[in-house]
Amino acid sequence: MDYSQYLRNDKLPYIWCAGCGDRIVLKAILRAIHDLGLEKDEIAMVAGIGCSGRTAGYVDFNTLHTTHGRAITFATGLKMARPDMTVIVVSGDGDATAIGGNHLIHAARRNIDITVLVYNNHIYGMTGGQVSPTTPMGDFATTAPYGNLENTFDISGLTIAAGASFVARSAVADIKYLSNLIGQAISKKGFSLVEVMTPCYIAYGRMNEKGSAAQMILDQREEAVDVEEAKSMSPEDLQDRIVVGVLADRELPEYIATYDRVISQAQQR
Amino acid sequence: MKARTFMMQGNQAVAEGAIDAGCRFFAGYPITPSSEIAEYLSGRLPEVGGRFMQMEDEIAAMGAVIGASLGGMKSMTATSGPGFSLKQENIGFASMTEVPVVIVNVMRGGPSTGLPTMPSQADVMQARWGTHGDHPIIVLAPGGVREAYDLTVQAFNMSEEYRVPVILLLDEIVGHVHEKVTLPAPDELVIIDRKKPTVPPEEYLPYVADETLVPPMANFGEGYRYHVTGLVHDETGFPTNVTEEIEAQLMRLNTKLDRYEDEIIQFEETLTEDAKIGVVAYGSTARSARSALLRARDEDISAGMIRLQTIWPFPTDRIREFARQVSHIVVPELNLGQIAHEVEHAARGEAEVVRINRISGEPIHPDEILAAIKEYW
Repeated sequence: MDYSQYLRNDKLPYIWCAGCGDRIVLKAILRAIHDLGLEKDEIAMVAGIGCSGRTAGYVDFNTLHTTHGRAITFATGLKMARPDMTVIVVSGDGDATAIGGNHLIHAARRNIDITVLVYNNHIYGMTGGQVSPTTPMGDFATTAPYGNLENTFDISGLTIAAGASFVARSAVADIKYLSNLIGQAISKKGFSLVEVMTPCYIAYGRMNEKGSAAQMILDQREEAVDVEEAKSMSPEDLQDRIVVGVLADRELPEYIATYDRVISQAQQR
Repeated sequence: MKARTFMMQGNQAVAEGAIDAGCRFFAGYPITPSSEIAEYLSGRLPEVGGRFMQMEDEIAAMGAVIGASLGGMKSMTATSGPGFSLKQENIGFASMTEVPVVIVNVMRGGPSTGLPTMPSQADVMQARWGTHGDHPIIVLAPGGVREAYDLTVQAFNMSEEYRVPVILLLDEIVGHVHEKVTLPAPDELVIIDRKKPTVPPEEYLPYVADETLVPPMANFGEGYRYHVTGLVHDETGFPTNVTEEIEAQLMRLNTKLDRYEDEIIQFEETLTEDAKIGVVAYGSTARSARSALLRARDEDISAGMIRLQTIWPFPTDRIREFARQVSHIVVPELNLGQIAHEVEHAARGEAEVVRINRISGEPIHPDEILAAIKEYW
């Protein structure tokens, strides 16, 4: 496929560092959109603040680069105004689960038909490597010089518990696999989320001696274990593994469809 | 359609004004003393095909109305002090990206949780300067129920015409007082919608304005694929670090309302023609002032009042003129002198500004204003 048809080619090269996994996520998104046959005019990409948020500037859709943590709220309003549009949020672990954590769980609870892609790189990359809600305990960050003291969020688990229709996780190592999951998420009616494990070599990898950028990608591939296989594994065996695949896929009432029935009811009164 | 007569409160009049102005999306969060607006619209919006959402917090509500407006729906949120504080970052986003939205703040006393159920006018300066950075904003302050309806319609019109967030500042008395009002037939209203681009999508530059200084706005999903960001952007809508481009866009943004001040700035004058002593007031305080003024006239004191309906931009020119005519300007306010300071600035020493301030949650009694008028007569 020709990726350039979906890109604002005059905005290249990317702002992302060499070795950043975010470039691979972008490719996977475009592939998913291409495979679904979506029209560029009908797609809105709503981004938060951070490295992930810069995705929106490169894609030739209706793009909205919002305030830090609030992308889901803007996307919610946009979807309410234009239910016919495909609304995709791109966000990071800090954007979506620290400053924006409340919006994530409530959008999932509401089960509004938007797709959220969380680029989980375990760090605040753009601001220079500060500790995030998904930095593994004990790992170093510019604001965790003695190692991270806090537990981590399970972003996918959180979103499932909050009531989303569809939740999946993938690493960036296998772009076809990632792209397929993103496609499923976009197609699913209801709130969908794909947690993408994407390495940040510059701000996280170097500080924690994770090897080269390429090594970080390869390590994630080694750590990945399919959700079905994981079911027969012990919690000890699953330590340091990344459970990938479709983690939740269920039929639940979607918010806008429910609201449309309220409108019909109110207008008959 | 016909004119309609109701007994209603200010908050309900705001909700009705919003519906008649074409508002079809409301997102909010429960907060006293504004909650009736949300409650009322939760029932009313679906009747006209619109949508209402109670969000998880105030910030979410502000984000959602901006998102919906970009999708082409006229949108509004309503709140009070603490929620108004929380919304400020996203209000700045609307200013920066020039997305039309209406924000209602039914004021309570502050700071912090403050006085949720008592009248105050303490957010006058926050309404102007609440978000960080220089930015354009319009702030309207109705003085009664019918005017709450009218100014809500105008808030939407101004927001759409100038692509700027418009804030409606009500105090608790105006929000909760019930009055008999006759509302116009909706089809008699002048309704302004945002100017759309006339060029084909490939030629559309979202932040290029003609002599109006207000760029045409494409809604998302209408074939104009463009980028909206809270970063300082150039005329293509993309971030820029080029100082000339920054200067050009920020100066257009910050001066675009200047040429429309005659249309934006509204005030009502009562007995100012021969006034020797002046009053400047707004909101419910102006009702007390009006009563004081009429009693002063009964005692042959030539007092006159300018009642502000638009607070920001401030009617500096008219107040300066008034200051040349009167010896004193009495400014009663339910804060510690937020507008009095602006009146002093406008008066430039031409008239002495007399402050009557209260932050205890009690309204200002007409007797107090009358006493001040008499003292300086």
